[in-house]
Amino acid sequence: MKNRVVVTGLGMLSPVGNSVEASWAAILAGKSGVAPIDAFDTEALTTKFSASVKGFDVESVMPKKEARKFDAFIQYGIAASVEAINDSGIEVTEENSHRIGVCIASGLGGMETIEANHQALLNRGPRRVSPFLIPGSIINMVAGQLSIMYGLRGPNISIVTACTTGVHNIGHAARMIAYGDADAMIAGGSEMATTPLVISGFNSAKALSTRNDDPTAASRPWDKDRDGFVLGDGAGVVVLESLESAQARGAKIYAELTGFGMSGDAYHMTSPPEDGAGAALAMQNAVNDAGKNLESIHYLNAHGTSTPTGDIAETRAVKNLFGQFAKDIRVSSTKSMTGHLLGAAGSVEAIFTILALRDQVAPPTINLDNPDDECDLNYVPHTAQEAKIENALCNSFGFGGTNGSLLFSEFNG
Amino acid sequence: MSTIEDRVKKIVVEQLGVSEDTVTLEASFVDDLGADSLDTVELVMLLEEEFDTEIPDDEAEKINTVQAAVDYIKANVEGA
Repeated sequence: MKNRVVVTGLGMLSPVGNSVEASWAAILAGKSGVAPIDAFDTEALTTKFSASVKGFDVESVMPKKEARKFDAFIQYGIAASVEAINDSGIEVTEENSHRIGVCIASGLGGMETIEANHQALLNRGPRRVSPFLIPGSIINMVAGQLSIMYGLRGPNISIVTACTTGVHNIGHAARMIAYGDADAMIAGGSEMATTPLVISGFNSAKALSTRNDDPTAASRPWDKDRDGFVLGDGAGVVVLESLESAQARGAKIYAELTGFGMSGDAYHMTSPPEDGAGAALAMQNAVNDAGKNLESIHYLNAHGTSTPTGDIAETRAVKNLFGQFAKDIRVSSTKSMTGHLLGAAGSVEAIFTILALRDQVAPPTINLDNPDDECDLNYVPHTAQEAKIENALCNSFGFGGTNGSLLFSEFNG
Repeated sequence: MSTIEDRVKKIVVEQLGVSEDTVTLEASFVDDLGADSLDTVELVMLLEEEFDTEIPDDEAEKINTVQAAVDYIKANVEGA
């Protein structure tokens, strides 16, 4: 008998706000977090804007002396985790610490730290490479440092699957609770990849929007004039708990995580198959896992990155899977406002999906002025739509053809 | 011109995030000032930079206090 898994805490640092509620308010208002990059010289870069975190004060979660050892993605992940843990009200004690774990990762890891140390190696030699290069940039250090900060002795793991990282970490954390490995898991993803090297790499792969003259209009999922995704930074972390544990301590329950589905495209390094078969399979598996009917799914927070091929493939996947119900589902891409947070995308969007259930409102897709001819679902253009939402899906698809879908449901006891 | 002692203390205060009055000549980086093994490696790197020198690993291992750092620099760095 599987344990039921519920969501009891949320934490977020995003391009549109430095907390869950600030970010959600901005999303419902349709505000873009995209802006020209001012952290480094973009003169030679093809893309000169990003959706970065603004005004983050690391000293709110750790002393500066400590922070200096950690890449920004680790700092972001810790900040979102602290918010989620506080929000959940869970207390770590000697009795329960071995039953609480962490499952948080990043798509790329500490790129800024790696680039700076490589520069030091080239310019000044190997003796100038920091002893904190490795521990301060490896992908599992959010999970590691969080366990150290709170004394969390349960499962400690980081699942790296490019842009599906956030979804996979939440999904597998839920499975660890369902299976009985832990009573509570801190789960999600974190990313800070707006660096010259990463932007150059994505530019060379022709993946990023180059709309430098109008950055806030650059992320425009399903629109005819979309030309690639916008790189974003931030972190999203949830506290998942067995229903038994949550009820025993009288915790506030946001939603139940009822389904998790995965699949592989078996197709191409960076492109999805035209029919979105892998995407459909991941959604199907999530719906099956939950034992829900397709017509009871009322909202989908889509992967919707604003790339020419990806947006069409996901639309086809929705149509193929949902058939006659496809046009009833509200499908939106909050990436139109946050950009694409890579390894944090799935967890930030899972939180938006949970809040859509809580508030019974589908967040909008901004910049959708002229839908692509092949894109004809209800994408919630421009403004949020109030709606009855009982079950909501959240999709992520990553390079390599790795897909994940989470299904959250209203908690009804 | 600051003395060697002042320059070493300044680095220790900044890198370990400790207050000036705790950084005495005898204070041990690890036992008294809360440094871990990685902090001490970085501290030696910063001393190398400040005094434009290279400290061999076997010597670096012996630099556990402000006094040890000052002594090493006095003995090995010309013009410091």
